[in-house]
Amino acid sequence: MIKVLLFAGLREDLGVDSTQVSGGDQRISELIRSLATQHGSIWQETLTAENILVAVNQTMVKGDHAVSDGDEVAFFPPVTGG
Amino acid sequence: MYTRILVQEEPFDVGEEIGSITRSSTQVGGVATFLGVVRDINDDDTVSGLYLEHYPGMTEQQLAAIIETAAERWQVLAATVIHRVGELAPNDEIVFVGVGSEHRGDAFAACEFIMDYLKTQATFWKKEKTTEGSRWLAERDSDVEAAARWDDSKEG
Repeated sequence: MIKVLLFAGLREDLGVDSTQVSGGDQRISELIRSLATQHGSIWQETLTAENILVAVNQTMVKGDHAVSDGDEVAFFPPVTGG
Repeated sequence: MYTRILVQEEPFDVGEEIGSITRSSTQVGGVATFLGVVRDINDDDTVSGLYLEHYPGMTEQQLAAIIETAAERWQVLAATVIHRVGELAPNDEIVFVGVGSEHRGDAFAACEFIMDYLKTQATFWKKEKTTEGSRWLAERDSDVEAAARWDDSKEG
């Protein structure tokens, strides 16, 4: 099971703050395809938009990172705190 | 090193926080602070309030890492970062950064560095309520540039 978290505008656009995807070792791109299959193609468009950031187990990652069973994968827009 | 990191809905007491930094060590010779306040205008629109969201766990780890990086670069005896989340109104104090060092140069630089990195790296998101409706804020180029200048600065 891979835990998926969504924050800020992504959470609102997709209507949930978290979900799960079954399966083990895979790439972020495969994870996004599974999410789109489960929840609809808007997930594919939203999660692959240009400025979307990805964290795996609470660490920022770049590119098509590998994920494994038990990982926590978060998708979010650029940060705007302070 | 005294380190205090808080992400909370409640207000904080700036005087108490400065006092804790001051009293953290008798070596402290100066405390530099930054206090961020919610303003009522942004990009020419009237802002009636803010909603702040964060990534619990990750945000606190990132703030700790930013403080560690600052402490590798400057002499830091104490560092506090407090960021509020949830619903905030104009004039509310939203973020506090305080750094205690032996000398002011280190305290000033580390405080500004921590704030610049917090703005561009820490997982906080702001939603503004304006007369035009609610909107999630977009990243500002000026913030990205402010953080990037620390990469180029050698004396820093």
